[in-house]
Amino acid sequence: MSRVGIVSWGAYIPKYRIRTEEVARIWGDDPIRIVDVYLVDEKSVEGFDEDAVTIAVEAARRAIRRAGIDPRRIGAVYAGTESKPYAVKPISSILVDALGLSNNVFAVDMEFACKAGSEGLVAAIGLVESGRVEYGMTVGTDTSQGEPGEHLEYSASSGGAALIVGKDGIVAELEAMYSFVSDTPDFWRREGSPYPMHGEGFTGEPAYFRHIVGAARGLMEKYGYKPSDFTYVVFHQPNGRFPVRAASMLNIPIEKVKPGIVVTHIGNTYNASALMGFAKVLDAARPGDKILLVPFGSGAGSNAFVFTVTDLITERQKAGVPTVEEMLRDKIYVDYAQYLKMRKMIKLFE
Amino acid sequence: MRHESVPIYWRNIPHYYRLVARRCKKCGAVYFPPVVRCRCGSRELENVELPHEGRLIEYTVLHQVGTDFLKQKPLIIGLVELSNGVRVTGQIVDAQPDKLTPGTKMEVVFRRVIVDGRHGLVMYGYKFRPVGGI
Repeated sequence: MSRVGIVSWGAYIPKYRIRTEEVARIWGDDPIRIVDVYLVDEKSVEGFDEDAVTIAVEAARRAIRRAGIDPRRIGAVYAGTESKPYAVKPISSILVDALGLSNNVFAVDMEFACKAGSEGLVAAIGLVESGRVEYGMTVGTDTSQGEPGEHLEYSASSGGAALIVGKDGIVAELEAMYSFVSDTPDFWRREGSPYPMHGEGFTGEPAYFRHIVGAARGLMEKYGYKPSDFTYVVFHQPNGRFPVRAASMLNIPIEKVKPGIVVTHIGNTYNASALMGFAKVLDAARPGDKILLVPFGSGAGSNAFVFTVTDLITERQKAGVPTVEEMLRDKIYVDYAQYLKMRKMIKLFE
Repeated sequence: MRHESVPIYWRNIPHYYRLVARRCKKCGAVYFPPVVRCRCGSRELENVELPHEGRLIEYTVLHQVGTDFLKQKPLIIGLVELSNGVRVTGQIVDAQPDKLTPGTKMEVVFRRVIVDGRHGLVMYGYKFRPVGGI
């Protein structure tokens, strides 16, 4: 296999935030208990004129800017989302024109709950590695759904993260990848339904932990890694507790997981969740660092990837693109009424 | 409710999405929105993508707005001088009007502009916002 890896990354977090205590105030929950259960202090909210498309474009533009490549050299673009503005009309084709890609590009939107964006990464890696395209891009983007007053509302948030895969100018070289998938009814949303349902007892053990741990452990056994090999470990982050517990189940020290945690400040950005954590780690990584990335999607499945950071990372970190840390700090708080308006959850004549 | 037609939107995608302007091959004048004929008389123009950053020249706040923007009041409309000197008018978002000042560093963002009801097209385009927030 030839060398392939991440050439660039870009992330986008909308500026608006709602505090957990504000949501709890509306629905009669004890905010202290809610924060203690989910470890989510506040979450990001898309602006009134933002959606999964605009968020994807912003994240992707930042990735291209950081890479410094002609966008027409990108031969494949994938959007992973569960917040499509259209039931039928792709985000990926809007990306083609918004980013100035060529028209000769493989493009599709992917759906596998929160894992679709990372499945786009797998597809891009395959096409680049085989030499069919020079660069491939995947974007995880969501304006995540959660029924008002239901527990998912405390975490469902908005954001996007984009990765460009290539052979030239690699900042994080792919060493291994592995997958773990099964039919698990932990979380679903039927056609036309505005909010997802989740099987209470299924979200943890049979879904998140089985697949995350299954993919990570399977990868380590197959390729001979041990927890001490990794500098950073990034898991999908539906709340602040799950990734820490997954690390404990894999005997991975919490210090390796903490740098990639974003859920505590912006909530669960679904398809951007693990990729946003990965972007945050890449913002700070040093040459030689090894990163274990394990996204998860309900339904359910996990992909595990191992990347080794190269010398080029230092240069790419200075590209003048906003870091995840900077975006976490750049925020405007909204109250619950503004939040409902921004998320278009108020019924309007159209 | 009348919206921009789908064909007009489609034809304008390059300049709505990426600020693609027209530059005169003879005298170098840049036009945004694009034109078919330069003021020098030449019809030889080429596409050029404008920079995505600039500074705010002036702005105004609209409280009486068109039907498509009723739910976004007040609307901030600004004149931004891009880093190559071209001036573009556009909506300013993610900003509080009383904190904007001429000279504020601005960046181009990609946003929903018009949404044609529940079943029609979502039309995207450029807007501006202050860099780093204010």
